[in-house]
Amino acid sequence: MKISDLFKETYFALLSNKARSGLTILGIVIGIGSVIAMIAVGQGSTASIKASIESLGSNLLMISPSFQRGVGQQVSAGRGSAKTLTQEDADAIMEQGELIKAMAPELSGRYQAGAKGTNTNTSVVGVTAAYPEVRNIQIESGSFISEQNTRSLSKVAVLGPLTRDDLFGEDATDVVGKTVRINKIDFKIIGITQAKGGSGMNSQDDMIFIPLTTAQRFLAGSDYLSTIYVEVVDQDSMTAAQEQINSLLLSRHNISNPELADFSIMNQADIVDSVSSISDTLTMLLGAIAGISLIVGGIGIMNMMLTTVTERTREIGLRKAIGAKKKDISLQFLTESVMLTFIGGIVGIILGWALSYAVSYFGNTATEVTSWSVLLAFGVSAAIGIVFGYYPARRAAGLNPIEALRYE
Amino acid sequence: MIECDNIVKTYKTVAGETTVLKGVSFTIKDGEFLAVMGPSGSGKSTLMHILGCLDTPTSGVYLLDGRDVSKMSDDKLADVRKDKIGFVFQAFNLLPRATVLRNVALPLVYEGISREEREKRARIELKNAGLDESHFYHLSNQLSGGQMQRVAIARALVNKPSLILADEPTGNLDTKTGEIVLDTFQKLNEKHKRTIVLITHERYVAEHADRIIHIRDGIIVEDERNLKKRLVSAG
Repeated sequence: MKISDLFKETYFALLSNKARSGLTILGIVIGIGSVIAMIAVGQGSTASIKASIESLGSNLLMISPSFQRGVGQQVSAGRGSAKTLTQEDADAIMEQGELIKAMAPELSGRYQAGAKGTNTNTSVVGVTAAYPEVRNIQIESGSFISEQNTRSLSKVAVLGPLTRDDLFGEDATDVVGKTVRINKIDFKIIGITQAKGGSGMNSQDDMIFIPLTTAQRFLAGSDYLSTIYVEVVDQDSMTAAQEQINSLLLSRHNISNPELADFSIMNQADIVDSVSSISDTLTMLLGAIAGISLIVGGIGIMNMMLTTVTERTREIGLRKAIGAKKKDISLQFLTESVMLTFIGGIVGIILGWALSYAVSYFGNTATEVTSWSVLLAFGVSAAIGIVFGYYPARRAAGLNPIEALRYE
Repeated sequence: MIECDNIVKTYKTVAGETTVLKGVSFTIKDGEFLAVMGPSGSGKSTLMHILGCLDTPTSGVYLLDGRDVSKMSDDKLADVRKDKIGFVFQAFNLLPRATVLRNVALPLVYEGISREEREKRARIELKNAGLDESHFYHLSNQLSGGQMQRVAIARALVNKPSLILADEPTGNLDTKTGEIVLDTFQKLNEKHKRTIVLITHERYVAEHADRIIHIRDGIIVEDERNLKKRLVSAG
């Protein structure tokens, strides 16, 4: 039997029962369509989460103080509470090598900040001029803290847009030049940063930046740092740079056992990885739920094929009588079921695409139809055709021609 | 050339073994028009299934054109049916939603013959079977019973078989259309030298053949030359 004849027979068979074929295909269309759309929604949100993490600065290492724990002492203070990182550490890191592109030490704390009649409790971050580059911050108006400011311990401040709104109201226009009072000390506002989005405690929009030296002297009263941000030259050097800094700080702090390090280094790639692994799991979950409808569609195929085999018992008997082999019969019915899922798969992919487009258009949620999800859906639909068509096809092929011809 | 030697067929049932054919031997020469006659339950249908390679005998030898087909596998038998045998059934067994031409050409699909060649051969056989060309593109379920049976005959002939097996071909037809079908067989036998085996329980139908084998309770009781052959039309 020729392939072209096989397809012709399939075409005739499916067309001779349009309503039934159509409804069975619809089951697969819904299954494939929802798998595509669900994965697109999941992938889209993964991508947007990744993008927003990366907007905080790329190739970033974060060095923060770790537990403060003396020899033989059981009580640990919280992570980050230790005062172990110093400006000298930061400078040593910067001098370390060519892997490091930029470095920004930071000393942050939460203080009460006030303007005329309003006040808020926000993060006040002591920074250096390198900070905007490392942390990917842009200035909306005015200027950022300069090296001159750091050197001369200037009492100047740069406000995040949320802090500005909290202190001066949302329709405040020109706040540069005004004064903000932090911990009973007056700071002159020299700039406003651009909004970056994000919310919660660590939103970079809700911050006040002041020169690092000013923060150490007037607010914290100590020379320690709360975080050192290091920008590494490229993605591939992240691990190498991390190890380099690790051993440098261990030797600087005279710690021989790395387990007892009084600092910790976080790699931004690790954060991105862990967040995307969470959202990938979520995507899989969404896809799996949609996959259930695909299985239901597959059962629909099997149901239809079993009915068809029963209905066409005499036809099968005749085909066998005129010389069709088992293989010819099973191939014919298998082709019919695969054809159903194939058509359903194509229409389903188009539907899923349209659905995810609609979701991103009306729902303002980013979606992303990836080629692997299309391939996956296609493979799955073809596999469903084979799996759910196999049993009916085998049943048809196994019919005894004599009994099949007598079947009423 | 068909040679059957001591064909026995036994079926296993819940009640035990039933022997339907108890040692049947005969020879059919090429170009013969033979009728197998017997009441229902005599074993004639089983004999037809074995002759048509739809079933194999429990014991005995069946030589079809010199080849022993009595111990072949299912797929080998399918090949034999494809090349050597044409079936005509009582219930026609046409594909209802397919055209006449497609029905007749169907056996050639399994031979892998091209569509043009299939239709060409189908047209020739349909003309030989006496169906008017105006019906070639009709769906088979739009035809009358007599027309359907002629389509079925054309289908049986299209693969140029050594043997045409007709199982009660007039059973679903009235006397007049039955006559037309029998006439078709006679003409095919005389003009085209086709070997035809007609299975029937009616003496009247069997008398259209040249030779009649009477079968009863699984054995051949009489093998007669039909001297008063009924001719439907002269020639």
